[in-house]
Amino acid sequence: MHNTQVPTQRYSGTAITLHWLLGLALVGLFVVGLYMTSLPFSPQRLKLYNWHKWAGVVVLTLSFLRLVWRLTHRPPALPAAVAAAMPRWQHWAHHGTHHALYALFFAVPLLGWAYSSAAGFPIVVFGVLPLPDFVPADKALAELIKPWHKLGAYAMAALVGLHVAAALKHQLIDRDGLLSRMLPGRS
Amino acid sequence: MSYVRTLVLSLAALVSLPVLAQQKLVPAQSEIAFVSRQMGVPVEGRFKKFDAEVSFNPAKPDTSKIAFTVDTGSATLGVPETDAELPKATWFNVPKFPQATFQSKAVKGLGGGKFEVAGQLSIKGQVRDVVVPVTLTQSGATTTATGSFTLKRLAFKIGENEWSDTSMVADDVQVRFKLALTGVAKL
Repeated sequence: MHNTQVPTQRYSGTAITLHWLLGLALVGLFVVGLYMTSLPFSPQRLKLYNWHKWAGVVVLTLSFLRLVWRLTHRPPALPAAVAAAMPRWQHWAHHGTHHALYALFFAVPLLGWAYSSAAGFPIVVFGVLPLPDFVPADKALAELIKPWHKLGAYAMAALVGLHVAAALKHQLIDRDGLLSRMLPGRS
Repeated sequence: MSYVRTLVLSLAALVSLPVLAQQKLVPAQSEIAFVSRQMGVPVEGRFKKFDAEVSFNPAKPDTSKIAFTVDTGSATLGVPETDAELPKATWFNVPKFPQATFQSKAVKGLGGGKFEVAGQLSIKGQVRDVVVPVTLTQSGATTTATGSFTLKRLAFKIGENEWSDTSMVADDVQVRFKLALTGVAKL
């Protein structure tokens, strides 16, 4: 019986690398975003705002590559035993969370970019590469966009929390080894 | 009779003399803007309040006099948080230096409506010689002077202490102006 078990199919190396790299970057961006907005007017605040924008542009670019990779490299299906053990709502939550996260990977940085443009501060990546404004510089528009960048980031943080909680639940409670599909190193 | 005539003519000449000094700035059609660079990002600001005393004769530019006053407290970047900082001692120190001034010393005609105005620029108690290229265009009774020049903000102590780091805010600040004047003789 123990020899008939099929080895769990893992995500590709590229998918694993992008997952952890972007995961760390998104947590970092969220924390810096919370911190920088609390700072008084200072060089430190200006520096963090620009770093936040530059990192956001890098995340947006990598998210695009990640999406292309995911669409061209089908992720491994859930192991049959795990899928069978999951009630219907968990299947729904599993797909819903991933789709919503992908939507937010694009929505949040694009809203940040739009906010920066509307506020009259075009983004110059690493201080050398000016990005085009895709919305006009308009204070009223900036105020309109601002809360959505924040709400999007909070929504993403909540979904990331849910994602992590679910992964830990599979690892520590169900002990079904699902996490090993995404862990770096072992293949 | 010829006595009276001479007197009348002399009076007429006296009355017509001050015409040159009656050149007036039309603030609503004028603007003074400045572009600084924050970590590579061009940020535009402007002064809302300024005035000029102009005595300018296009035929004899070297006899011209141009004096400018700019209310430093009227500087705005269009962002309330930043505008609240500009009057402070680190930036314009408005309580101590409420006005920046420019006083021309020599005006040179270059032909084709182009002039070169050399003079002294005084900001925040610092006086520097500057040469400003000016282009004049006329439409109806209005003469519009446009031009731009670059100044070094640190030479005028604009942005002191932690803000003197030019990797955060570049030393070069571009000043652009468009000044509408009435009463200027035909070019």
